[in-house]
Amino acid sequence: MLKAYYHLLLRDLRLALRNRHELANPLIFFVLVVTLFPLAVTPTPDVLQAMAPGVIWVSALLAVLLSLDRLFKQDYDDGSLDQLMLSPNPLMILVLAKVSAHWLLTGLPLVIIAPLLGLFMSLPTEAVSALIYSLLLGTPVLSLVGAIGVSLTVAVNRGGVLLSLIILPLYIPILIFGANAVDVASDGLPVTGQLLFLGAVLALALSLAPLATAVALRITASR
Amino acid sequence: MLEVQSLECVRDDRLLFSDLSFSVAEAEVLQIEGSNGSGKTSLLRILCGLRQAEAGKILWHGESISSNREDFYANMVYIGHLPCIKGDLTVMENVRSLLDTRSLTLTDAQIEVALTKVGLQTYDDVPGKALSSGQRRRILLAFVELSQAKLWVLDEPLTALDVQGVALMESMIIEHREAGGSVIFTTHHGMKLDCNMSSVQLGKKRTV
Repeated sequence: MLKAYYHLLLRDLRLALRNRHELANPLIFFVLVVTLFPLAVTPTPDVLQAMAPGVIWVSALLAVLLSLDRLFKQDYDDGSLDQLMLSPNPLMILVLAKVSAHWLLTGLPLVIIAPLLGLFMSLPTEAVSALIYSLLLGTPVLSLVGAIGVSLTVAVNRGGVLLSLIILPLYIPILIFGANAVDVASDGLPVTGQLLFLGAVLALALSLAPLATAVALRITASR
Repeated sequence: MLEVQSLECVRDDRLLFSDLSFSVAEAEVLQIEGSNGSGKTSLLRILCGLRQAEAGKILWHGESISSNREDFYANMVYIGHLPCIKGDLTVMENVRSLLDTRSLTLTDAQIEVALTKVGLQTYDDVPGKALSSGQRRRILLAFVELSQAKLWVLDEPLTALDVQGVALMESMIIEHREAGGSVIFTTHHGMKLDCNMSSVQLGKKRTV
C-alpha cells in the first residue's frame, strides 16, 4: 500500500519535471499578482503592510485554484484513471499520492517564495514567519479540498467555473484564518490560535478529503 | 470464475440490456457481440466495477465483486479504448507505472521479454509521444501479458493494430487460455481463434 503511494507520487513528480513550463505557471502567477499590487496603489510601507496578508493569501489561493485542473485531467483523458480505480490498492491512498504530488509541485514552491514577497510588501519579520507557517498549514488543505472539486468536474468540458463555485466557499475559512494570522503577527500579537485552527483543518482534510475524492472519482467514472 | 446474474444497464434513458446472465469459467474465451451502441463497452465497464449496473449482480468466485474487491482486482486486468500511455514517460516507465497500479514489481529483464514479445524490443527509452497509436496499443498488450491476471477484459483490443499485431493478440489469448486463464473481449474485426469460444449477443435479447 505504501509502495503504491510512493510509486504513484514518484510518477507524478517525474511527469511534472518533464513538463517544467506548466510547473512554473502557478508560481509565476503568484509572484506577478503580488508584485503588481504595489504599482497600482500608493506604495507607502504602512499601506503595503496593511494589504500584504490579504494580497499574498488571495494570490496563493488563486494560484492553487488555477493549477487544480491538471490534478486528474490528464489521467482522465488518457484512461490512466480507470487503471488507478482497478488497482487492488485502496483508491484513497492513490488519491492521497496524487494530491501529495500536487502540493509538492504547487503549494510548496509558493511557501518557499512567499517570505521574499512578504519582505517586498514590507512585512515585519514576525509576520513573515507567521506567513510561512500559515501557508505551510493552509496550502495542503487547498490541494486536498480542491481534489474533491476536481474529481467531480473532471468529466465536464470547461468545468473551471463550476470548479470555482464548488470549491471557493470551502476555501474561505482557510483564507480568513491564514490572512488573519499574518495580520495579527504584524501587530506583534501571538498567532497560536489561528495556526492551531489551520492545523486542525489540515488534519480533518487529510483524513476525509481523500475518501470523498475517491467516492467522487467513482461517480465520475460510472457515466 | 465470474458469474453475471440478470444484469440491467440503462444509459441516457435508453435500456441497453436487461436480464443478462452468463458466466465465465476457467480457460474460457467469451466474445461479447453486438452492433455499435448496443452496450458492449458499458457491459465491460460494469463487469470490472467501473460502472454501476441498474440491476443485477456480478460474482467473483461466488462473492460479489464489491465485497471481494482486492482479490478480484488482483486477478483481473482491463484495457479499454483509451491508451493509458503518458507521452512524457518512456516505454519502460509506462509499463512500470501501469504495473505499479497493480503493485507488481518486476525486473527490467522480465519487462524486456514482454516488450520483445509485442515487438517493442528496441523502444525501451523512447518516450510515449514518439510512438504510433498501434505501438501504444502494443504497450498495453505487454502490460496485459505481465499483469499476472487470470481474467482479461479486453475492449476492442485490435484497435490500431496491424496484421502481425492481430496475430499476436490471437496467440496471446490462446496461450492465456491454455494456461487456464479466461478472456472476455469485444471486437468488430475478425479474430480467428483456434479454440472453443462462447459468445453473448447484445441488443437482440438473446443469450447464447
